[in-house]
Parts: sequence; structure tokens; C-alpha cells
Amino acid sequence: MERAAALDDPRPVLSALIEAGYRVIAPVEQDGAIRYLPAVDPDSLPKGRIDSQTPGSYRLEDGDPERWFDYVVSPESWKAWLYPARRKMWTSTRSEDGLSFERPEAEWTPTAFFGVRPCDLAAIEKQDAILKDGAFADPDYAHRRENALIVVIQCARSAETCFCASMNTGPRAQAGFDIALTELGAEADHRFLVEAGSEAGARVLEGLTEDATEADKDAAHAATNAAAASQIRVMPENVAAGLKARLTAPEWDDVAKRCLNCANCTMACPTCFCSDVQDTSDLTGDLTDRWRVWDSCFNPDFSYIHGGAVRTSSMSRYRQWMTHKLSSWHDQFGASGCVGCGRCIAWCPVGIDIVAEAETLMAQPED
Amino acid sequence: MDKLRVGVWKFASCDGCQLSLLDCEDELLAIADSVHIAHFLEATSRIEGGPYDIGFVEGSVTTEHDAQRIQDIRAETKVLVTIGACATTGGIQALRNYADHGEWMREVYAHPEYIQALDTSSPIADHVKVDLEVHGCPVNKNQLIELITATIAARKPNIPNMAQCVECKRAGTTCVMVSKGIPCLGPVTRAGCGNLCPSMGRGCYGCFGPLKGGNTEALMAEFAALGVAEADSQHLFRGFTAAAPEFERAGGLK
Ligand code: SF4
Ligand code: SF4
Ligand code: SF4
Ligand code: SF4
Repeated sequence: MERAAALDDPRPVLSALIEAGYRVIAPVEQDGAIRYLPAVDPDSLPKGRIDSQTPGSYRLEDGDPERWFDYVVSPESWKAWLYPARRKMWTSTRSEDGLSFERPEAEWTPTAFFGVRPCDLAAIEKQDAILKDGAFADPDYAHRRENALIVVIQCARSAETCFCASMNTGPRAQAGFDIALTELGAEADHRFLVEAGSEAGARVLEGLTEDATEADKDAAHAATNAAAASQIRVMPENVAAGLKARLTAPEWDDVAKRCLNCANCTMACPTCFCSDVQDTSDLTGDLTDRWRVWDSCFNPDFSYIHGGAVRTSSMSRYRQWMTHKLSSWHDQFGASGCVGCGRCIAWCPVGIDIVAEAETLMAQPED
Repeated sequence: MDKLRVGVWKFASCDGCQLSLLDCEDELLAIADSVHIAHFLEATSRIEGGPYDIGFVEGSVTTEHDAQRIQDIRAETKVLVTIGACATTGGIQALRNYADHGEWMREVYAHPEYIQALDTSSPIADHVKVDLEVHGCPVNKNQLIELITATIAARKPNIPNMAQCVECKRAGTTCVMVSKGIPCLGPVTRAGCGNLCPSMGRGCYGCFGPLKGGNTEALMAEFAALGVAEADSQHLFRGFTAAAPEFERAGGLK
């Protein structure tokens, strides 16, 4: 933390980003939730609000009116911006000269993500490894990502659904951000520790901050440590190997009975990347667009191959989701596919809890 | 390629789905240009006989006469497409399947003796082979256009086979059940409407009909946990697609 500094109000950072020409996406309260939306006014931050997130439930409440960032993750993750639900891949035109193909315009100006939580930063890094740096990179994702500046808010409060501490993704991000803020203390001591993680971040902060004291740094660590200590959900440590050894446990049928197969968990998950490609054509048949749209392993046709779907039972689809997140992601990409953000727990309409299910399964005998 | 000959027919219904077809304003002229409308009483009084390449059927079968008429249409139509909740499930009028039809008629009409109707309302597929079903009350015009453009390009139409929840998440709609405790049929209803109800802050009432294999039991358990009484929960399923087998069961009608 070499370039730590302090600030007593977060709004100048937002203003500086806007002045520097960034389009800023920040937390905004809308329709009963705090969402990540374009912010033109630093005063639109939902100061004093907190989110109560429990299995199958999300409610906003009033918290300490002086505190800015005691809510945690929004219903949608940043993937809605980096990897939008529906995106045109190309257009083809048929004419007398034959077929021609065209890529759409990039439609992305330099953007600052203000208020990325450490778990979500870890999720972005996981998607980077696949969609930007992987063997099947998505050029549109890569372009957006390369033109996104990240302002992390380190978490001083965790929701009941958060379990980043046991996934080693939070509540304090060590690197990977351009700027990071930690909200400290209350009332007279209320200030922010500001860390610059990149040249671009340091440029934005120029002239805004005073030097941080050792006490500020200690307070920042104490704040995020307290959030970690408050987390009641802990993912079992050996879950990756453990699930693999229990693929036929009857408990899979039990969760399948409760699961709606509605796909909300996968759509809300910040690391899920599965998509479908669809073509649309016009009435002349000469103009065709190819689209990438979010898909999910819970959708009945997801595993459709010639002659039918492979995973026809609800059990096989839930097992696919959970083992991919927690186990086979390690084999595929060298790490867990879960960052512990808790979205799949809160936004599951029937409150199925991936941590509780993992604990139940791990308590079963091996196959 | 010769223009496709298209017919549109109405059975027991409100005409809303045919209106969705006419509502394809921007595309309508181009559609009329690219296909030959041979029978579409809502749009033109010119009637031509079959055979037809594509036939769109709106409405359910509620009379002897219609039960015969659908056989005749099927015999003259290559690809028969049913459109809307009435044609695909029997519609709201199928609620009479679970009541005393004679008594209802006496309550509603001054001279019930003039009315010749079956005591059930049934989907077209109960009577003839249907090649494709387009769901909704009313159908979504984009799905109709997709169907036509796909047929012209000889490709499989993209008609989603997934829950309404997927539309919420793709559209960025905050779930009304999780954030407001409003009971919602979205998790067991097939997608396709364009996320109409949840995007307006209310629960889905299932007008696109049941998603195949939907877990209505688990959803009703959740409604109970939200404090919805069992009778109210059943009523949610007794709507425009009440007679679809999955909703018929959940609604306590069977
Ligand atoms: S699996 Fe659940 S907790 Fe883990 S990253 Fe995905 S949404 Fe978050
Ligand atoms: S676990 Fe929950 S959110 Fe995921 S598919 Fe099942 S019911 Fe839907
Ligand atoms: S509002 Fe309804 S349809 Fe949308 S995600 Fe929630 S349960 Fe599903
Ligand atoms: S949300 Fe449900 S009830 Fe509303 S229009 Fe869509 S399918 Fe019909």
C-alpha cells in the first residue's frame, strides 16, 4: 500500500472521473435495489442505505445516514456491462456480388466502474482469463475490459449471503484495481483510505487527497477484517475434490426437488459466461444478424445435441451448475468458479443456498 | 421462389392475437409483399381457397361446427401454426371445463336455448396435428415475425424454451419476488413475452403457459412461505392458460 492517501468524502473521486472524460457507472438506487447504472451526478450515490440479503430475499433499509458504502453487491454484476446479455456479433448481407460480413461498431467509450466490490473484481479477473486472455477470447469483451477503469470499494460490512472470506476473494482486494477506497470510522473520524493501483488511477487522484496516516491504514485493515469475521457462511475447504467423490449422493435429488430450474442463479452469477448464438434474418432473406445471448445450464435446450438434450433431469442440471462452479472449474481454468458474492443465494426465488448444499453434500459418504 | 400462401383463421378467441399480427406495423407492408395472404378476415374480406403453405389459427374449439372446421383447415394447410393461449391451451374460456356449463349459460344469456356450444373449450392440438405453437395472451409480434422470417430463410425459428426469469435477468429487471415478495409465475412460465409484467413491477401471471418440466410444487411452497394462502396460490394458476396440464394440476383443477 505504497501510495495510500486519505479523503473525507468520496464524491470528488466521482467528479474527477467525470471531468477526466470517463463515462461513470456507479451504484444507484432504482426499483427497490441498488444497481450499477450510468451516474452523471456524484450526489446520486445511495448514501445511508444498506441491503439486507438473505436466501431468496433482498430488501433495502436505512443504515447509518453518514456512511456511504455499507450496502454490498447489486442484483446484476458488472458482467451486464462487460458481457451484455444480448450483443450483435456480425451482420451478413447477400447481394449479386455474393456474401459480405461486417462487425458492428464497438459502442464503448472509456468507462469507469465505480464501486466494484472485491468479490466482483475477482469475478472480472476470472472472466478476463476466459473471455479476454483465453483460447476463445471475445473481442467485444476484450475491448470493453481494456477501456474500463476500476474503482474498488473495500467492504466494511458483509451481507448475510457473503462468503468471500472463505473463497479468498475479499473483503479486501490487494491488487487489480486502479483505485480502491476503504470507508473508515464514523462522525469526526469518518474518512476514506484511498489506494492507487495503477498510473491511470493515480492520475485521477492527483491533487485530491492528503497523505494517509499509519492509523488510517490500520483502521482500513480493521474494517475489512471485521467484515470478514462477521461472515456466517463458509465454503467447505475441500469442496472441489469432495463433490467429485459424491456425484451419486441422493442429496442431489433432494435439492432438485426444491430447484425451479429457473436459471436465476446462473444469470446473476458474475462468473457464469455461457451464451447461445442466434441468427435473425429479414423478410427478404438477404440480411442476417448473428447475436450472442446469455444462456444457462438450467435451460432445457442448453445441452441439446443431435437427437435430444443430454441433461434432461433437474438433478443433472443442478449438479452441473454446482460442480462446474466449485469443482470442474478448477480442472478447466485452474481456480474455483465461485467468488463468494452470494448473488445466487439471494436471487434464487426459493432461496437455495450453494454453501448449505455444499455442506450437506460434503457430509455424505463418498460414492 | 413462389410467394408463400398464408391463411389466418379465428376460433373462440378475442381477436387479440390477430391484432398482434396487424400490429407488426413497420414490417406489415414488407410481410404483405413477401407472402400471399389468401385468407385473413380480420385484414381483408377477399377469401381465396386452399391449399395454404402456412396457416395461423387463433382460438379454441368450443362448438361442433368448429371441431369440423379445424379438420377442413388442417387438410388444406401444409404448416399449421397455432397462435395464442386460447389455441394452445383452451384459453380463459376453458375455466368452464371445470364448472357446470349449462348453469353458466343460463346465468349469462337470456335465451340459452339459442346457443349451441360444447361444454368444453379445448386447444387445437386436441383435434388435429399442430406443427408449431406460438404462445401468449396475446402472442408477441416479434415471435410472429421471427416465425415468418425463419420460414422464408428455411431456418429453425428461435422460440425460447426457458423460464420467464431468463427474460428478467437479460433485461436487467430486478426480481419482484426476491425484492418485493410478490408471488410470480415466471419460474414456471415459458419466456417469450418480452418481460412485460415483471418489468412493470408485477408478478408474471403465466399467460405464455407452462414451461415444460416446470417445478410448480416448489414454487407453490415458496408462495406459502411468502404468506400466500393456498387458495390464492391456486387462483394464480387459473388464468389464461388454466387448462394447460401443468397449471391445471397446480391450480387444483385436476
Ligand atoms: S456461485 Fe454464487 S456466490 Fe459464487 S460467484 Fe456465482 S453467484 Fe456468487
Ligand atoms: S438454484 Fe435457485 S435460482 Fe438456480 S435454478 Fe434452482 S431455483 Fe433457480
Ligand atoms: S420477477 Fe418473476 S420472472 Fe422475474 S426473475 Fe423473479 S421470479 Fe423470475
Ligand atoms: S410476464 Fe407472464 S403474464 Fe405477463 S405478459 Fe409475460 S408471460 Fe404473460
